[in-house]
Amino acid sequence: MGKGVLVDLTKCIGCRACQVACKQWNELPVEDTKVQGDTIANPPGLSGKTYTTLAFKEVEHDGQFHWVFAKNQCMHCQYAGCKTACLVGAFDKTEFGAIVYEKNKCIGCRYCQMACPFGVPAYEWWSRTPWIQKCTFCADLQSNGLTPACISTCPTDALLFGERDDMIKEGKQRIAANPDKYVNHIYGEKEVGGTAWMYLSAVPFEEVGFYPMREEPVTHNVDNAMFAVPFGLAVVATAMTGCYFIFKRRRKLAQAKSRSGEGK
Amino acid sequence: MQNQEAQKRFPWGSLVLTAVAVLGLVAIVYRFLYGLGASTNLSDGRAWGIWISFDLYIGVALAAGGFTLAAAVYIFAREKYHAVIRPAILTAFIGYTLVILALLVDLGQPWFIWKFILHPNIHSPLAEVGLCVMLYTIVLALEFSPVVFERLNWRVPMKWIRTIQIPLIVAGITLSTLHQSSLGGMALIFSETLDMLWYSPILPLLFLISAIAVGPAMVIVEGSLTSRAFGHQLGRDVLSGLGKVIPVILGIYLAFKIGDLVVTRQLGLIFSTSSYTILWWVEVLFGVVLPMILLSRPSVREHAWKLFGAAGLVVLGVMLNRFTISWFALEARPAVGYFPHWMEFAVSAGLVAWAVAIVMVCNKVLVMHEHAEPEHAEEPELEGKPGIMVEPGAAPGN
Repeated sequence: MGKGVLVDLTKCIGCRACQVACKQWNELPVEDTKVQGDTIANPPGLSGKTYTTLAFKEVEHDGQFHWVFAKNQCMHCQYAGCKTACLVGAFDKTEFGAIVYEKNKCIGCRYCQMACPFGVPAYEWWSRTPWIQKCTFCADLQSNGLTPACISTCPTDALLFGERDDMIKEGKQRIAANPDKYVNHIYGEKEVGGTAWMYLSAVPFEEVGFYPMREEPVTHNVDNAMFAVPFGLAVVATAMTGCYFIFKRRRKLAQAKSRSGEGK
Repeated sequence: MQNQEAQKRFPWGSLVLTAVAVLGLVAIVYRFLYGLGASTNLSDGRAWGIWISFDLYIGVALAAGGFTLAAAVYIFAREKYHAVIRPAILTAFIGYTLVILALLVDLGQPWFIWKFILHPNIHSPLAEVGLCVMLYTIVLALEFSPVVFERLNWRVPMKWIRTIQIPLIVAGITLSTLHQSSLGGMALIFSETLDMLWYSPILPLLFLISAIAVGPAMVIVEGSLTSRAFGHQLGRDVLSGLGKVIPVILGIYLAFKIGDLVVTRQLGLIFSTSSYTILWWVEVLFGVVLPMILLSRPSVREHAWKLFGAAGLVVLGVMLNRFTISWFALEARPAVGYFPHWMEFAVSAGLVAWAVAIVMVCNKVLVMHEHAEPEHAEEPELEGKPGIMVEPGAAPGN
């Protein structure tokens, strides 16, 4: 089974060490940023230079004020839209469940960006030879039995790493132990067929920037449609060939008829 | 009279056309020098823009006249439409060539396109569209080549093409069916971001049927315009005959479109207050129902400009449909606004200008409406009358 992460938003203190660790390990360039009026999120979102950011959200829930720090990165879907969409198969799923991108295959169509329901893959728009960039789940560290950089850096254990099934169990236990503290929902357990990254929150997820999603994977209908393609091909080609001969014969008969009619 | 008018208008028209075509080229050069970020308003939230919506989605749909007419003439033996088969196939060929060019501009690194040809991902609907578009463009070139061979009087290649004519036509129809529907298949992955009313598991089917409807509509529009501009005499029943078929196809389209909502119990969505609901009504009322009513009336079909208008509605309806599904009703994640950069418009308009210019040159240089007068009195053997293929003298056995 794949690995999973349980992000407990109530434990995050917003230090952004995960952002720094990610930049360091993945050797990502710095980003020009400026102070924004309404949030101290910095950089403001994922980009071709940034694999993970914290969103800072001020929310009122049940008459209480919450300052929520929500880490954002690739969710590493069980049924990844980007992987199905990519016309050259540049995305792959590792044995640990990480969705990784191989730029040597990419031609830059950006369908992965359109296909991702979380809006994760980012593009190097400034470049003349642009590639897609996104969180790798530190597949390189994982393949050596190590923990992804952001997780091992987290000082408050807000990020828990382990087998995905265990993470779900742990999440359910925490909710059961503190039903007043958490909303009764593990975001990512079932969303779009399940994701490796899963979240616990004290406030409804929509209020801190998580998109509400169905349980059906985004790849579901695409897979069905693509499954039908070879049959469609066979049916259309056969039908058209058949029709050609039928109508050709019909015409010949009609011609013969009219000729014999002329003969009389 | 018409010819004189056309010649008077011509210089102005070609001047504008040339300017647009050149500006498009300038924008393309700029895009490759400075990258997509500098030449487009695309962003991570809106990674596809007008080049995909207009050039790919609408370009391919509006080029559907090529396969629908080829099916009508060569498979279903509707000889009447010989008169418009050449322009239909030429339009399709030029349309597809421009779709490919536009995609090469849109691709981040088009010089790696060979990687796609060598390693397509068979699970990706975009890969299917890409492969079908490439193959179909080759098929269209071969389907149209006899017109060029005829002009050059090359008889040997003409003979070769004639022997594979029907397999070519069947391949063209099959490839078209696959990629016209797979353009809808591409949108199936937008299950979380496309507006509920517009998303449907049967999008591939809806795309295919609407393409079949817009094919003849486009032939009517183009036939009306070129016959006015170049004074071709089209048999009157040719275009009106095409007009008669359209309501049937649109009816099937509407039945599936509504039926899908009924079956999935989402019919209530058409009364929701989302702004995409208005677009839905506009498409259904003005792009489907109104042309169905109009084209069912002989008085409309027999009148050249009324027929043109009704067919134009079908074209606009399909354009709105493709724009909505690939752009308007598609939520940007991360949330971001998008309005195309002027260079995006310039490239799209430039490519259309090139298409129009090439069609005009072909109409001058090649015999485009050879069978304009229906010649049903003496029907030659089917094998001897390949229509797009040869002038009677060149066909052996004729």
